Amino acid sequence: MSGWKVFGSRAKRLEDPALLTGQGRFVDDIILPEMVHAAFVRSPHGHAKILGIDKEAALSIAGVYGVFTLEDLRPFLNNERLVVGLPSPSYKQELDRPALADDEVVYVGEPVAIVVADTRYIAEDAAAMVDVDYDILPAVSDCRAALEEGAPLAHSSSPHNILAQFDMGYGAVDSVFESASHKFSESMWQHRGGSQSIECRGAVSIYDPVEELVTLYSATQAAHTAKNILIDMLGLNETQIRVIIPDVGGGFGPKLVFYQEDVSVVLAAKILGRPVKWAEDRREHFISTTQERDQFWEVEIAVDDDGKILGLRGSMIHDHGAYTARGINLAFNSALIVSLPYDVPCYYMDVVLALTNKVPVTPVRGAGHPQGIFVMERLLDRAARELGIDRAEIRRRNLIPSEELPYTKGLKTRGDAPVVLDSGDYLACMEDAMERIDFVGFPERQEQALKEGRYIGVGLANYVKGTGRGPFETVTVRIGPSGKIMVYSGAAAMGQSTRTMLTQIVAEHLGGDMNNIEVVTGDSSVVAMGIGGSASRQTVTAGSSALLAAQEVRDKALKVAAHILEASEEDLEIEGGEIRVKGVPDLKVELGTVAHAVAGTPGFALPGGIEPGMESTQNFMIDDLTFVNGTAAVEVEVDPETGKVSFLKYVIVHDCGTVVNPMIVDGQVVGGTAHGIGNTLFEWMGYDETAQPITTNFAEYLLVSAPEMPHVELGHMESPTPLNPLGVKGVGECGVVPAPAAIISAVENALSPFEISIGQVPLRPPEIVEKIQDFKAANSQAG
Amino acid sequence: MGESRKISLSVNGKTYEEEVEVRFTLADFLRQQLGLTGTHLGCEHGVCGACTILLNGRSARSCLMLAVQADGQEITTIEGIAPSEDEMHPLQEAFRDNHGLQCGFCTPGMLTTLIEFLGDNPDPTEQEVREAISGNLCRCTGYQGIVAAALDAAQRLREANGA
Amino acid sequence: MKPPPFSYHDPSSVGEVISLLGELENPKLLAGGQSLMPMLNMRYVMPDHVIDLNKVEGLSYIEENGGTISIGGMTRQRELEYSDVIRAKCPLMYDALLQVGHRQTRNRGTIGGSLSHLDPAAELPTVCAAHDATILVQGPNGEREIPFPDFPVAYMTPATEMDELLTGVKIQAWSDGHGYAFVEFARRHGDFAITSAAAMLEVGGDGGITRASLTVGGVSAAPIRMNEIEQALIGQAGDEEKFRELCESCREIDALGDVYASSEYRQHLATVMSRRALVKAYDRATGKA
Ligand SMILES: Cc1cc2nc3c(=O)[nH]c(=O)nc-3n(C[C@@H](O)[C@H](O)[C@H](O)COP(=O)(O)OP(=O)(O)OC[C@H]3O[C@@H](n4cnc5c(N)ncnc54)[C@H](O)[C@@H]3O)c2cc1C
Ligand code: FES
Ligand code: FES
Repeated sequence: MSGWKVFGSRAKRLEDPALLTGQGRFVDDIILPEMVHAAFVRSPHGHAKILGIDKEAALSIAGVYGVFTLEDLRPFLNNERLVVGLPSPSYKQELDRPALADDEVVYVGEPVAIVVADTRYIAEDAAAMVDVDYDILPAVSDCRAALEEGAPLAHSSSPHNILAQFDMGYGAVDSVFESASHKFSESMWQHRGGSQSIECRGAVSIYDPVEELVTLYSATQAAHTAKNILIDMLGLNETQIRVIIPDVGGGFGPKLVFYQEDVSVVLAAKILGRPVKWAEDRREHFISTTQERDQFWEVEIAVDDDGKILGLRGSMIHDHGAYTARGINLAFNSALIVSLPYDVPCYYMDVVLALTNKVPVTPVRGAGHPQGIFVMERLLDRAARELGIDRAEIRRRNLIPSEELPYTKGLKTRGDAPVVLDSGDYLACMEDAMERIDFVGFPERQEQALKEGRYIGVGLANYVKGTGRGPFETVTVRIGPSGKIMVYSGAAAMGQSTRTMLTQIVAEHLGGDMNNIEVVTGDSSVVAMGIGGSASRQTVTAGSSALLAAQEVRDKALKVAAHILEASEEDLEIEGGEIRVKGVPDLKVELGTVAHAVAGTPGFALPGGIEPGMESTQNFMIDDLTFVNGTAAVEVEVDPETGKVSFLKYVIVHDCGTVVNPMIVDGQVVGGTAHGIGNTLFEWMGYDETAQPITTNFAEYLLVSAPEMPHVELGHMESPTPLNPLGVKGVGECGVVPAPAAIISAVENALSPFEISIGQVPLRPPEIVEKIQDFKAANSQAG
Repeated sequence: MGESRKISLSVNGKTYEEEVEVRFTLADFLRQQLGLTGTHLGCEHGVCGACTILLNGRSARSCLMLAVQADGQEITTIEGIAPSEDEMHPLQEAFRDNHGLQCGFCTPGMLTTLIEFLGDNPDPTEQEVREAISGNLCRCTGYQGIVAAALDAAQRLREANGA
Repeated sequence: MKPPPFSYHDPSSVGEVISLLGELENPKLLAGGQSLMPMLNMRYVMPDHVIDLNKVEGLSYIEENGGTISIGGMTRQRELEYSDVIRAKCPLMYDALLQVGHRQTRNRGTIGGSLSHLDPAAELPTVCAAHDATILVQGPNGEREIPFPDFPVAYMTPATEMDELLTGVKIQAWSDGHGYAFVEFARRHGDFAITSAAAMLEVGGDGGITRASLTVGGVSAAPIRMNEIEQALIGQAGDEEKFRELCESCREIDALGDVYASSEYRQHLATVMSRRALVKAYDRATGKA
């Protein structure tokens, strides 16, 4: 960007030097004097009554300080439940998690007791000795089965297994479908697994009896949420709890959630009067950290002879897990996003959230959007195939043209605001992606490959995704008398370079020296309110607040400097740590001096009647989501004998508005793409019929590794959004959203000689082979 | 405390004499007992690679070794890679320049593994780099920045060695 | 996920190991730790005593003598991978090693550990089956040799007795210039194979196969030699269609099945991997690859 100092540049990250030399401080790196270690006793059953808990044997082990059950925590609890669900009128039942299991466990991994000992080793020894007497109850594992007549109840006290039900839509769907000339319906199974950040969760809590202060270091994405829930559960006031987020080794959604372990660790520290650490291990992560899981869709599209969409309707069953750990937003997102990039005259979706005896479901990077996009793109591929229209052409005919933006959809967001697609050029993105993958030349390549016995395929998928969810993120910018610029924010950093990004934004307006800026995030004591890192929101919310705060501080600094330098404000510029008169570099004053001038010296008036303090706090309010968009285009080769899918090329062209740092944006998109590839071809969180998890380690649950990962070619468009002063949109989830749709489209295309249609994610090698064998069997019979 | 032993080992060039529980993994010993928390634990079953250290110059999972097995050995961790406090190793520089890390949790294992690999293979192809880090999972980067950093570092190291 | 309590022993000789095995209750030998340590961390095994083999002298060597390759039980997979002897005399093993885990696991993991662990999908036992290797074990009554076909006695259970340890492996090299191939299908690079096939072929001047070895791994409880196919290969030229036809009999292998791969899928892969291994081995034997 011309004329900019650091904004928009590939500035090196400020986070890196510490992380590259082992000086980062993650929660498990915190070592305190007297600190003791926690492990949890967890339910081994999907569903059971607890008849009794015998702690004697565990307590007799040397080095064990305590074993606490809900019974033991009760005296300290103002509210026994973690009330975290985002509000919605569609709930049929409210099921909040208890701090520890009460008399019934409802999923494998549910914490039943916390054991504290000298080392984690001993805590694990003792946890194994806690004798819990269970009466096993029937468990419900499959969310479709959960809704059947006579299904076992996930909670024995519930009337049924429906957690929530809602519908959404617009237009005269039924009459349109009645008269439509072409209707195609599909059943789809979509599954996503856990976040599997390489750092698991963790918490360290300290209780200070003098100040009656609880300090919680937590690997969370939302310090203020944790603080507010603790205030509610423990009946404390705002000044008695401080939540600090250290370095976080990846979040991806589930770390937004406040957990039973967090409150248990806090109370164990209080009861024992010693700092307590709990570092989640990978097996715990698999069974007790929230995850995304299954959605079953029955959907139908109506199109005219030219492939113009007439309407789309359907229903979806969503696996909610055993409790509400965040709300219904995930299923809502999936249903909301389906029709968005396209001109869909009428739409209807009915959604049921079913309770199962599995760990609660909450958003993972992408938050339901990949599923919704998959539905739309699969239906378009189907329609294209049936009508003999090219897959790109049918999209061209239906994408919302850029001239029509802003475009108001007939749908409402979770906050009941209309969905307005703000800016972008969807068609141009698609054309660019097609160009890069040579979509037009592909059929020839495919024909050639087939002659060599190779099955290659190309696929593409368009997406939009709402980002930058409000309402706000507070940022304070302050210049101290030292001249150092401090930036405080309720935002949370978990690998998305929040610090660098805020620094670039602030530095741009305050001298351009990134080294002169110190960013403090993730500490509930530095700003009063905060939302944290989710829904690709931080650049939008915190970034906008930072911009406004920096601009206000700049104005103020210039005003004071003008007074000191006896110059006019317009003639001044900020360069590094100085404010100087343009063209007269010697006429200058240091930022620190300027800050000092308004710091307030007893008996002296502030210059020019300016308010004291060189600082500004801003809460830029966001009402509307800003929509990123893009297209993924993928070329794959499928080995029909083994079912292996390999990538020949992976292109993603996307538009996330103004770019603060292209290097960071690229990193986010490629990282998201890897997650999407994992979801499509590798990751599967399996449970058996009794709701026992069967993939609980990294040998069973496969993350994509470097050799399987293609080089991702990126294309950028920049349509700044009018909705915030930076023009930025969120980027953290861009890569993941179109991946399943594009990859499956390509695989289906590669296997077109076998007339295979695919409506599922993940798709694993044995399933591909089976589909091919089925085709061959059917054909040999027919032939 | 369970059975313990006295061990003596060198970590990042410094000699330590320590009493350690025999069931302690090397990773826990480095992190908890020596305070060298730059080595991370991501799975404790040998798959993620975050805990990788150099054992006598060879990359190894520190979650799959007992601390007592390091008696008499030389260990290098991420804290010991840089030549000095204010200078980073060319691989570390390349990671920063190529955005080879986001959250930084996998980074210790990536760096140690690649240091060994670039010693074995100073002029690798992209595919060879990808295979070299097949035992190191990263959830943030999609590996692209890491692969770029490794290739960049290989070139820097070759140039530094006058190749 | 931390190991349970145990006592630790680090003997320096095979004799000491054997006496410890005889004396101690519920001991477990620790070699490279790349399979045992995860199981300890997950507390899937709970030994009272861990006997570390890493300081035992004389168990790490790679030697070749008159076509016999001798490998010590504690020889690391990396040493095998970088050994000129292995590359020249047992190239099938080299081919296989590149697919065993990752560089970090090969740096620690040993051949003896792999054979003793005896995962049905592990590459090194499959190589030993293909080569009719001889396994050397030592116990209180001295050394004994176990021909590889007798080594696996059940799923992940070797014929080594409780008071014995595996000290080495002997492999007969095939003639120089033989064709070989280790082909496997794994979900990701470095994963245990779902199914693998190891083929070795000697081919006469007329292009006809004179000697054949074909082993399938990962399908049944232990690597399985496809004797009938081997016999049928003798005299054949390298015709892929013929290989395909012969490999169809892999569908009759008594196959394992689980949620990741059904027995039918494994049988199917066995036909594919076998054929591909034979094609590649034949091409190598005839200088085409
Ligand atoms: C991420 C990862 C990926 C892997 N991928 C593969 C793969 O693709 N293919 C593959 O084959 N392996 C793979 N492995 C396992 C491999 O690395 C191990 O090296 C091997 O299975 C065991 O060898 P070890 O020396 O590490 O033995 P250990 O783990 O120390 O021991 C394994 C077992 O053998 C016993 N044992 C060891 N030595 C002896 C002996 N001399 N006599 C009697 N008993 C003995 C032990 O008591 C133990 O029961 C992988 C491991 C990891 C962590
Ligand atoms: S922690 Fe050692 S490999 Fe994951
Ligand atoms: S940078 Fe986060 S796991 Fe690799």
